[in-house]
Amino acid sequence: MSMINYASREINCKLVYYGPGLGGKTTNLEHIYGKVSPNTRGKMISLATETERTLFFDFLPVDLGTIRGFKTRFHLYTVPGQVYYNASRKLILKGVDGIVFVADSQIERMEANVESMQNLYDNMSEYGYDLTKIPFIIQYNKRDLPNAAPVRDLQASLNPGWPIDDGAHQKVTPDPSHTGENLIDKVNNQWVGRAPYVEAVAVRGDGVFDTLKTVSKMVLKTLS
Amino acid sequence: MAGATSWSFSENDFKQIQQHLQAFLRDANARCALLVDRTGQLVATVGDPPQFDSAAFASLTAADFSANDQLAKMIGEPEFASLVHQGEKESMFLADVAKRVILVVLFDQRTTLGLVKLKGKGAVEKLNRVFAEMFNRVGAGPTAPEKGLLEGAEDEIDKLFG
Repeated sequence: MSMINYASREINCKLVYYGPGLGGKTTNLEHIYGKVSPNTRGKMISLATETERTLFFDFLPVDLGTIRGFKTRFHLYTVPGQVYYNASRKLILKGVDGIVFVADSQIERMEANVESMQNLYDNMSEYGYDLTKIPFIIQYNKRDLPNAAPVRDLQASLNPGWPIDDGAHQKVTPDPSHTGENLIDKVNNQWVGRAPYVEAVAVRGDGVFDTLKTVSKMVLKTLS
Repeated sequence: MAGATSWSFSENDFKQIQQHLQAFLRDANARCALLVDRTGQLVATVGDPPQFDSAAFASLTAADFSANDQLAKMIGEPEFASLVHQGEKESMFLADVAKRVILVVLFDQRTTLGLVKLKGKGAVEKLNRVFAEMFNRVGAGPTAPEKGLLEGAEDEIDKLFG
């Protein structure tokens, strides 16, 4: 739920990093925190257990710059990945403007990824939000690990696409980040849309800012 | 609904909100009042400027209120319309406003919880009216009046992201 404050000339937007436990959501925020100038970010708040697992959320406010005289501030949140914490996870989604799904590329974590994605769809629909209509991006993290599944397989499981029935949107839309791939395409006589994706190694910072930039841009474009 | 609804308020709304909060602080002898929206964004601050990170404070307030909302439902209450956190010297009073924002009052030993609660009730009623008017003005409920605010700003958005 973006909030425009005309008095202080600010646009505030909320991004949520979602995904299975130990997938790298907090690592994404920590990398951003470490790299962004202290002048353009606030304090990072982590509500974690004693073993540093996210209990409620991590929070990091970041200023991205000024557009039309409005300071654009993004509030980044992560949710706890463990299945057990669904009640608090759902609360964080309230008023979300954009979602980053951080998937763990390891083959062994495929089931956890799918379960978390399903949980995201369920929690969003309980709020009446349609994930296919709000800014949404998938980050395939841990691409450096030897047991990482091929992106093609991850895409097939986690980003198979949703039908596009609105004629106005039925046109082939190339994926600007992946040559030869399309975000909207006709497959077996059916128009299908997919979320953009980014490959990442969050511990090294690879792909972290690409993800943030892509989703922030999508959010701001919904206001234009 | 595709996503969450957005909302915005004008400078005039902001002025009214500030006036109500200033009057309340005076009557209750409280130090500072913050308005935080349910998603964790700070809407307004009146009184002594807070010495802490107000963005972080706002996000924790919203989480606190939301968690307590769920706890209320679990014990069969529709909601906890207000919450109190009492410390040795500093305390907080939180109250729901129009189901969209949370009034947070910071107070110390110069006043009492009873007075803050009593005066808070009146302030919440006034704020409820301001927000109801704001929402009525843009239709039946909160909508996205700023849609199109960045119309034609695609170039600026692209530039922002290099």
